[in-house]
Amino acid sequence: MQIYADNAATTKMSEAAMEAMTDGMKNWFGNPSSLYTIGQKAKEKLEEAREEIAAVINASPREIIFTSGGSEADNQALLTAAINGKKQGKTHIISSAFEHHAILHTLKKLKKNGFEITLLPVHENGIVRLDELEQAIREDTCLVTIMTANNEIGTIQPVAEIGEICRRHGVLFHTDAVQAVGHLPIDVQAQHIDMLSASAHKFHGPKGVGFLYARKGIILQNLIEGGAQERGKRAGTENLPGILAMAVALKEAAAHMTQNNAHMTEIRDYLIKGLSEIPHSALNGDAKQRLAGNVNFSFEGIEGEGILLLLDQKGISASSGSACTSGALDPSHVLLAIGRIHDVAHGSLRLSIGEDITKEEADYVIASVKEVVAHLRSFSPVWRDLTEGKKDFILK
Amino acid sequence: MALYSDKVMDHFLQPRNLGTIENADGVGEVGNAKCGDIMKMYLKIDDDIITDVKFETFGCASAIASSSMATELIKGQRVEDAMQLTNKAVAEALDGLPAYKMHCSVLAEEAIQAALEDYHNKMEQK
Ligand SMILES: Cc1ncc(COP(=O)(O)O)c(C=O)c1O
Ligand SMILES: [Zn+2]
Repeated sequence: MQIYADNAATTKMSEAAMEAMTDGMKNWFGNPSSLYTIGQKAKEKLEEAREEIAAVINASPREIIFTSGGSEADNQALLTAAINGKKQGKTHIISSAFEHHAILHTLKKLKKNGFEITLLPVHENGIVRLDELEQAIREDTCLVTIMTANNEIGTIQPVAEIGEICRRHGVLFHTDAVQAVGHLPIDVQAQHIDMLSASAHKFHGPKGVGFLYARKGIILQNLIEGGAQERGKRAGTENLPGILAMAVALKEAAAHMTQNNAHMTEIRDYLIKGLSEIPHSALNGDAKQRLAGNVNFSFEGIEGEGILLLLDQKGISASSGSACTSGALDPSHVLLAIGRIHDVAHGSLRLSIGEDITKEEADYVIASVKEVVAHLRSFSPVWRDLTEGKKDFILK
Repeated sequence: MALYSDKVMDHFLQPRNLGTIENADGVGEVGNAKCGDIMKMYLKIDDDIITDVKFETFGCASAIASSSMATELIKGQRVEDAMQLTNKAVAEALDGLPAYKMHCSVLAEEAIQAALEDYHNKMEQK
């Protein structure tokens, strides 16, 4: 059996998206900036895609800037808020401890440049608290940036409430919605979102293309200088095939969202129930307030990379927050942020299931994970110490 | 290119000398809970020859493969020769490790050193 359970890392392009992409390459190769018909046809397609994408999140087309993906959108949003904030003497930014590195590393850079950063705790359930957000807002706060859904543990943040608080305090609100767009309903008006980042390859579109939504009135700062594309806010000849495919993928995802989520939630909960039978294991992040496709577990006494490679042998592609898989010394900052200590964070497994997963496949995943965990524990000195009572279990 | 050499995968999927030795002549445990690799080596030594060796490892695939390979390299060796085992020799015998995984082979060297030290300490107490 082959089961791709790493959709949070990237997704397979949908057939329709692939068609749109080849259509773009074959038929709309003109440069949208060119004045002749072929160029203007390409421009029309580009603007059509912009309209379709804007409609899905209830934005207006002028508020959408195409980018090379989520990372670029995150960088541009933060830089924009920082530069505009500084002009008004506001140099304080609020974020959360478990943001994607596209946010955290940019914040680090801003900190070096004199900005003050507050990272809100995300607690054991992986969700920021509104009272803590409100307390953190100051006179000189120029931005609140909190992700819509976390990429590792899938927990969904109270975006509309955060947006309401920010609006009330006159603070700009950006959300990294890379894991959410195409998977959760988004309405930038109703949720009071000022800026939002999205990436096509997380919703069955192509890699290397995404967008930044920036509410009308926000003066975007360029990351890339050059031509006048994207109203002068992002230079470079547009990736039209990618953009067309992104629009198709997003429309598709939006059209099937309710039905996809109902199915995936059922399988997700089935997986959580099955994996919970493994002794001394724990689900990471809130059990309900999470993406329909996300299952993330810690297993005591073992290390994550072994789990992944053994699952790969069984045809299952998954991911882990262990240090040794990433080349870093520390395990995932997300798991540490929800209070998992190092020993337990190393032994984690993320399954991010796709829309087409079946119950039979879920059964196979559960059986495989059980087998792999038991195997790795059978020769783990840590597990021996735990079972012989020389060390205390951390997970029940 | 695969993440690991065939040799690493072979030792990871079928680790040699897994387990423990009761009343071992030397036991060594090393590890770094932070990095996430812990190794425990058990030695049976007769007349200064390592007649049996077993290991347990908590860690990534290269840690498991390194400990497995290390046990193979020292089994049947004289204690003084086993003392000379280096992490480089372990990594080479595995047809190489990714650069950021070399620390896992260092642990294998250290685990064996620790087990041999324990053996020496026990001998002195006799
Ligand atoms: C939450 C989050 N933000 C940003 C990114 C970066 O997106 P991209 O790969 O399109 O640059 C990712 C993808 O890994 C993500 O999951
Ligand atoms: Zn390792």
